Amino acid sequence: ASGAYPKRVKVVEVGPRDGLQNEKNVVPTPVKINLINMLSETGLQVIEATSFVSPKWVPQMADHTEVMQGINKFPGISYPVLTPNLKGFQAAVAAGAKEVSIFGAASEMFTRKNINCSIEESLERFDEVMKAAREASIPVRGYVSCVLGCPYEGKISAAKVAEVSKKMYSMGCYEISLGDTIGVGTPGSMREMLAVVMQEVPVGALAVHCHDTYGQALANILVALQMGVSVVDASVAGLGGCPYAQGASGNVATEDLVYMLNGLGIHTGVDLQKLMDTGTFICNALNRKTNSKVSQASCRL
Amino acid sequence: QELQASGLPEYIKIVEVGPRDGLQNEKAIVPTDIKIELINQLSKTGLPAIEVTSFVSSKWVPQMADHKEVMRGIERHPGVQYPVLTPNLQGFHSAIAAGATEVSVFGAASESFSKMNINCSIEESIGRFEEVIKSARNMNIPVRGYVSCALGCPYEGNIDPDKVAEVSKRLYSMGCYEISLGDTIGVGTPGSMRKMLEAVMKEIPLSALAVHCHDTYGQALANILTAIQMGVAVVDSSVAGLGGCPYAKGATGNVATEDVIYMLNGLGINTGVNLCAVMEAGNFICTALNKKTNSKVAQASFSTGTI
Repeated sequence: ASGAYPKRVKVVEVGPRDGLQNEKNVVPTPVKINLINMLSETGLQVIEATSFVSPKWVPQMADHTEVMQGINKFPGISYPVLTPNLKGFQAAVAAGAKEVSIFGAASEMFTRKNINCSIEESLERFDEVMKAAREASIPVRGYVSCVLGCPYEGKISAAKVAEVSKKMYSMGCYEISLGDTIGVGTPGSMREMLAVVMQEVPVGALAVHCHDTYGQALANILVALQMGVSVVDASVAGLGGCPYAQGASGNVATEDLVYMLNGLGIHTGVDLQKLMDTGTFICNALNRKTNSKVSQASCRL
Repeated sequence: QELQASGLPEYIKIVEVGPRDGLQNEKAIVPTDIKIELINQLSKTGLPAIEVTSFVSSKWVPQMADHKEVMRGIERHPGVQYPVLTPNLQGFHSAIAAGATEVSVFGAASESFSKMNINCSIEESIGRFEEVIKSARNMNIPVRGYVSCALGCPYEGNIDPDKVAEVSKRLYSMGCYEISLGDTIGVGTPGSMRKMLEAVMKEIPLSALAVHCHDTYGQALANILTAIQMGVAVVDSSVAGLGGCPYAKGATGNVATEDVIYMLNGLGINTGVNLCAVMEAGNFICTALNKKTNSKVAQASFSTGTI
């Protein structure tokens, strides 16, 4: 049950997008830009910068163009942005984006409630984005939500997750990030889901995006690593609550993840102290306490 | 111990330390009747072992000053163990007089921690415990041994796994039926947990081992998972994650029982414990302490209205 771990893990930092999107307070553009610039100095290789979605739906991301144009872009660091449709994609490219992400789901009800269409229809929309991205040589990352449970449907079958993942992968996504959107997963359901998905998508193209709503994130990530997954999403300071459980936590904290990976001797290239400093910055700006236990513990010693 | 196809134990014994380790590390002094009510509620959850109190001088640990009243006041459910801490012979006699039928002694894998905590060396502390264990064995009272600082010490930093193995072996061979390995300041990771357990498992049978993980750095469940993957089948935890860390002000301490059970349920591991009942007990004590729960499962369940 405990084979070898990957020697290196790529940490995908989603704080500036997934994190801030799920924070109540709207963050001024200069603060967002400074956050991303600070993250760029920590050794992180991938920082999800913003989302080119209509400000009507996501006011927090209304300044997507300014953010994209305002950040320092370091060589060797990727700054993917969300593009839910062709219009968003075009705006993203015009603003300088060199990598985009699209969001699918393993649950019909979630898709309907979230973006008002079926899974099939959402994939058709993405097809347009994929085509345009291919023409522009822009890599596309695919997300699959609700892989370990859905706030509406409850249990989600691993076969469905595999089916949606396979579709997105064959459409041209270079990586599929499997999201435990409401954090209900456990090492048991994570193992079961990955075993099925890995029959359809090579493990080298898989990432896990775990939420810590039920405190299971690091244990779930540990199991994913044991099964060969080597890309893990996380959010600095654990930014981003859970929209389905008011007051509960959402994203796993990057600091806590890096602490664990360091303890396992797994290389990430990330400087934990600089990361904690960045977390302190954004928490001060948001006037909130960190969700990172490592940060909380270290401050007091 | 039976193993599932996954290689994990079929059954894991949860040792609930909230009423002792948890409350001991909470600032507010809890009235005796609240302590008794908490323990009575926990007795109805299916938990097989509940650490009740500590027969230590009230000068040192005011929170546990009512140890006799608590011991005498609780309901004793059949099939549930109610161990108490007994740091020395005097405490042991007092515990027996109050009706205790199982006791615990606390060693440490760090000399500095031992000196700072109980003002004597590891060797001297083991000498004290030897008296307790001898008396306990004469009366057929089982003794559980704790080893603190198993994955790191607030004073010494890194702890050599061989030292942990050495202290554990001493306590085990003196007659402790179980050794609970404590990550006292929560600095451990799956990496250091594995190394430490590998060293200890050379000296002590797996069935006599337990892990007592603190969640100060958010690593507890990952560390527990590592331990159970290696075959450990006894896990300590604290309802609502009661008990902060005395070495990192404001930081968390014990791992929450609810979060452990949620994980074990998801792994198909039997614990005999009713998660909802534990959440209710957690809700009771948090209300009494006027504090928020440290259990993410309880927090999420409360928010989504599933309890």
